[in-house]
Amino acid sequence: MTPIEQYRALLTILYKEIHRFMRIWTQTLIPPAIMIMLYFVIFGTLIGKRIGEMGGFDYMQFMIPGLIMMSVISNSYSNVVSSFFGQKFARSIEELLITPLPHYLILLGWVLGGVARGLLVGAIVTFVSLWFYDLSVDNWPLSILVVVSTSILFSLGGFLNALFAESFDDISIVPTFIMQPLIYLGGVFYSIQLLPAIWQTVSLANPILYMINAFRFAILGSSDLDALGFSINFALFMIFGFILLLASTCLWFLHKGKGIRS
Amino acid sequence: MKALSITNLKKEYAGGLQALKGIDLEVEEGDFFALLGPNGAGKSTTIGVISSLVTKTSGQVKILDIDIDENHSLAKKKLGVVGQEVNFNQFEKVGDIVRNQAGYYGLSFKESRENAKYYMKKLDIWDKRNEQARKLSGGMKRRVMVAKALVNNPDLLILDEPTAGVDIELRRSLWDFLTEINNKGTTIILTTHYLEEAERLCRNIAIIDAGEIVENTSMQELLTRLEVETFIFDLGKPLTVLPEINNFEMFLENPTRLKVTLKKDQDLNSVFKVFSDLGLEISSMRNETGRLEELFLGLVESTLKDTEA
Repeated sequence: MTPIEQYRALLTILYKEIHRFMRIWTQTLIPPAIMIMLYFVIFGTLIGKRIGEMGGFDYMQFMIPGLIMMSVISNSYSNVVSSFFGQKFARSIEELLITPLPHYLILLGWVLGGVARGLLVGAIVTFVSLWFYDLSVDNWPLSILVVVSTSILFSLGGFLNALFAESFDDISIVPTFIMQPLIYLGGVFYSIQLLPAIWQTVSLANPILYMINAFRFAILGSSDLDALGFSINFALFMIFGFILLLASTCLWFLHKGKGIRS
Repeated sequence: MKALSITNLKKEYAGGLQALKGIDLEVEEGDFFALLGPNGAGKSTTIGVISSLVTKTSGQVKILDIDIDENHSLAKKKLGVVGQEVNFNQFEKVGDIVRNQAGYYGLSFKESRENAKYYMKKLDIWDKRNEQARKLSGGMKRRVMVAKALVNNPDLLILDEPTAGVDIELRRSLWDFLTEINNKGTTIILTTHYLEEAERLCRNIAIIDAGEIVENTSMQELLTRLEVETFIFDLGKPLTVLPEINNFEMFLENPTRLKVTLKKDQDLNSVFKVFSDLGLEISSMRNETGRLEELFLGLVESTLKDTEA
């Protein structure tokens, strides 16, 4: 395929993916907005006032970057895993496999679809948060870099999950038993400086901690990263390292036909 | 040029099932080719390998002289495939399904729209373009699959049982359509369980059985091998006694239905002459089974017996 043909094919996959989640917007866009609104009402307005400051910020202010990142992570992942597995299940993935599309375009198309939904939900959550708090952003370019790269990373994760999944149960195991605990324990609602030393050390093994705190750093100008002695560069290095690792793993399994060819 | 060239193609599935045991197959450009075989013979596996849905164990596949391993992208551009089962997102609109398929081949938006419109009109699904595919009948979904397979104007079109489970009207209109695009130069490979379909449409034929090609010849040549052929004659006036006629094997099924089996060296003219001499009134005549069906059953008899056992 020529570069222009590849570009058109990529746009087709992306259009199809965006069209898919927009068609079912009541399932894909509204629930995260409602959930985040409830978090703001309960943890921010009601309980947050009693908590006071967290990590040197109002509790509501502290929580906003974490909640935005939590939405981006879970929506990027779930968009790709459900869409790609759905196509496998319905055998409509064959539509793509019989075409001249190279594997990297298939992967890129789905990842961009996941990023599109992740960013759109992130934007909705940000908009909702502005009702509750007058948020200002410390570093726009860094905020965008962290949120986009994290969205890419979890879209890749969703794709890998979908390749291996053989049933609908398989696409809910990783989000439920691995991702959700890591997100909640990654410092969305609290500063890990509140934890005893041993649990602070354990928390450092959670990669999502770095992503949430990198985003908080970009939005608020400060995060647990400073206190723990890690620079923002280290967090970015981790994110991009994982992106490279997952992208090459996905491409290798696509090449081998894992889960898509007999 | 060969539209398709397969050399020593083998496929062994995990678990040891040898679906293809080293088949060789060539299809000339412009041909209308039938690939027949009983269930599980290896037809769909062969098509799966050609279309990259199945990973081959070994062997070589060329589409219009382009090796699918060496230049996968170019080879696939030449190919259109209608699978055995519905393989599109049924929640999408018909028009989107066909247009998107063109997009996957890298066609421009304008080309995609024009090609999709042309084939949807040809296949009488243009009026359904804004409907969700799941709301269509089985026959309509088949038409969508054919439109999808043709939207990139492929040189080689492979159809895996395209008329399975569709009504006679659609089957016949699909036959006419396929004949038309074949006449315009598209090579067609067809697998089907309806042997009359293969006999009517295809010029050349291969029969695959238990992962091996057991016959590969022209339809005409194959049909000349028919040793006997049975005809059924409906009589205008009932017969109570079977007339004694030398040379012909006859059986009176009921007073108005006479069965006559002809050997290869006997012709129908002599039968009609005898009937005329006897004053028999014939109201209609037909083959007892398709000619190809009799040959097919003979060629794959062993597999069919195993299946029944």
